[in-house]
Amino acid sequence: MTNEPTHSAGMRESALFDRNVIHEIQRKAREGIYDIRGFGAKRKVPHFDDLLLLGASVSRYPLEGYRERCNTAVTLGTRYAKNPIELDIPITIAGMSFGALSAQAKEALGRGATVVGTSTTTGDGGMTEEERGHSEKLVYQLLPSRYGMNPDDLRRADAIEVVIGQGAKPGGGGMLLGQKISDRVAGMRDLPKGIDQRSSCRHPDWTGPDDLEIKIGELREITDWRIPIYVKIAASRPYFDVALAVKAGADVVVLDGMEGGTAATQDVFIEHVGIPILSAIPEAVDSLKDLGMHREVQLVVSGGIRTGADVAKALALGADAVSIGVAAMIALGDNAPEYQEEYEKLGSGAGFYDDWHEGRDPAGISTQDEELGKRFNAELGGRRLANYLRAMVLETQTLARACGKSDVRNLEPEDLVALTIEAAAMARVPLAGTKWIPGLDGKTE
Amino acid sequence: MGTAEQTAEVVDLSETSIRELNQRLHDAADGGPQAWRITHPGGLHAIAAGINAPLEIDIDGHVGYYCVGMNKEANVRIHGSAGVGLAENIMSGTVIVDGDASQSAAATGRGGLVVVRGNAAARCGISMKGVNIVVEGNVGHLSAFMAQKGALVVCGDAGEALGDSIYETHLYVRGSVAELGADCIEKDFKEFHTAELTGLLAEAGVDADPADFKRYGSARQLYNFNIDNADAY
Repeated sequence: MTNEPTHSAGMRESALFDRNVIHEIQRKAREGIYDIRGFGAKRKVPHFDDLLLLGASVSRYPLEGYRERCNTAVTLGTRYAKNPIELDIPITIAGMSFGALSAQAKEALGRGATVVGTSTTTGDGGMTEEERGHSEKLVYQLLPSRYGMNPDDLRRADAIEVVIGQGAKPGGGGMLLGQKISDRVAGMRDLPKGIDQRSSCRHPDWTGPDDLEIKIGELREITDWRIPIYVKIAASRPYFDVALAVKAGADVVVLDGMEGGTAATQDVFIEHVGIPILSAIPEAVDSLKDLGMHREVQLVVSGGIRTGADVAKALALGADAVSIGVAAMIALGDNAPEYQEEYEKLGSGAGFYDDWHEGRDPAGISTQDEELGKRFNAELGGRRLANYLRAMVLETQTLARACGKSDVRNLEPEDLVALTIEAAAMARVPLAGTKWIPGLDGKTE
Repeated sequence: MGTAEQTAEVVDLSETSIRELNQRLHDAADGGPQAWRITHPGGLHAIAAGINAPLEIDIDGHVGYYCVGMNKEANVRIHGSAGVGLAENIMSGTVIVDGDASQSAAATGRGGLVVVRGNAAARCGISMKGVNIVVEGNVGHLSAFMAQKGALVVCGDAGEALGDSIYETHLYVRGSVAELGADCIEKDFKEFHTAELTGLLAEAGVDADPADFKRYGSARQLYNFNIDNADAY
C-alpha cells in the first residue's frame, strides 16, 4: 500500500479515532457519501469461535471415526410441500443474484453444490438458465423488487424463499449500481441499461404477517402445493419473527445473522444493524419449541459460517442446516492472492477486497464485465466449491463423532460451552468450567 | 375478455375448494374446458392464481387477495370488487374488475391489461414492469411507486406521491394529482403518447377524450446516485 504512514514508538494511536476511522472521516469530507461495499461485517462480534465442543469421554461414548457412520443428510420442507428438498449435506448456498455475480459464478455455484448434493439459491434479479441448468436443487427467491419474477420460474424451482430481510441489512432494501447493469441484467429486470437499480425494503403486495400468510397461500396455489416455501428473515427480533413466519405457514425459516454478506450495502448498515447469529439461534429455537414446531419447521441459519466447526456449533444450538455466501465466493476464487497486483490497483488487496458493487472484480466473480467474467472458469470454480463443502462436512462429522453422534443433527446445546461470558449469555450454554449461564438467574437450560 | 357463455364450465366456490378450482384451471393448459364461470367467490383468496392458458373466465362476485395472480394468457372478468394484489405480477391476458380494487392492484405486473371500472386504492401499479392499467375512477397514494415499464391510465384523480421514484412507466391522469412523488414530473404529449393513450382507452372500453389527460413520467434525476439529490432519497 502506498502512502502508509510510518508508525513508531511514541506515536500513540487513538482507540476511538484509529487510522481507519480517520481515513473514513476524510473520505466522507471529500466525497460527501456514505461508504457502500460488499462482504459482511468486519467488526469482531461474539461468534462460534467463542464456543467449544466438549467431546466424549467416560460419560459419553465417541463414535469411531473410520468405521461408524455419521449421517449428514437433511430434509427441508416437510410441513406442507408434496416434494420436500432432500439434501445430502447440511450446508446450502445462500441467495446471491445474477447481477451481483457473473453468470459464470452462478453456474459454478450450481456445479459445486450439485456435486455434493445440496441446493443453491437465486437472488434479486431472477433465475438464469446457467444456474437452473447446473443446480439440481434450486431455491427461487421472492424479493420485494420482484425483478425477473415469473410463474414459469416459480414452477420449475425446487423451493421458494420469501425474503423478508438479510442479515447484512435488516430493514433495508438493495442497490445494484449502474456500472453492473449490462444489457442482459437490464433485460431481466425490465429496466434501462446503466442506471442504479434500487430494490425496495418492503414487499409491494403485502404488509404484515396476516398478509404474508395469504401471500404464501397464493404461492402454494400457483405451484400446486408441490414445493416448500421458505421465509428468510434477518436476525433482529428472531423470537417474534420466527413465530410469525411459522404462523404464516413457512415450511422452513432461514435466519441470517448480522455477519451475513451482501453484494452492496452501506457500511454503517452492515456493521450496526442486527444481532450476531450466535445470539439469534437460541431465540429462534425457543420460538419453534414454544410452538411445538422445532424440527417440524426446519431452521437454516447463516452469517459468518466458515468451517465445519461453525456448522457443528450451529447445529448443536438447534439449527437443521446452515447456509453460506461469502465463504462460497471465497472458495470460488474471490480475494485470491494471484490477483494481488490488480487488487492493489483498485486500492485494495487480496484478503481485503470488498468493493463487489463496483463490478471490477479481478477474479471475474462479482462483475458483469465480459472480459473479467471470462477469467473465471465455472468448471474449476465448481470443483473448488465442492472441495470446500466436502472438507467442511468432514470437519462437521469429525466433531459430531467426537461428541458421540451418529447424525450431525444429534448435536445439542449440552455438547457446548462458552469461552466468554458474552457468548455464554447469547448462546445460553455454560461458561467453560462452570455451570453458569448468564441471564438465566442460576437456572440451566 | 371474459364471457358469460352458457357452455362455460361452472365452479361453485361454496361447494368447491380453492385448491380444487385452481388445479382444474391449471390442468386446463393441457386441454379441457376453455370457458369458465366461477360462482360464490365470497371474497376468497388466490382465486384463479397461476393460470397458464388462454381461458375465458367470469367470476360472479367479490374476490379476496391475489385474484388472478401471475396470470398468463387468460381473460378474466370479475363481476364485483377485488381485494389486495389483484392480478399481481400478471404476465399477459386481460383482467377486468367491474367494481373497485384494493391496494397494490397489478403490482409488479410484467404484461397484459388490467382494467378497474371503479376506484383502485393505494399502490396501484407499484413496481409495475410492463403491464398496462386503466382505472376509470381514482387511484390512491403511492400509485406507480418505482414503476418501471408499461402505462397507468387514471380517468379520475390520483393520490399523494404519484409515481414516486418512477423509472420508465407512462402515467396519464385526467383528474387532479394530489402530489407528485420524487422524480416524477409532468411531461409533454408526443404523438406516440397520444396514440398509446387512445389505444389503451379503446382496449379498456372507456369513453374518454385523450385530450383531457395530462402525462407524467420520470425526470430521470435519480437514475444514478448523486449526493446533491440526497433530499430526494
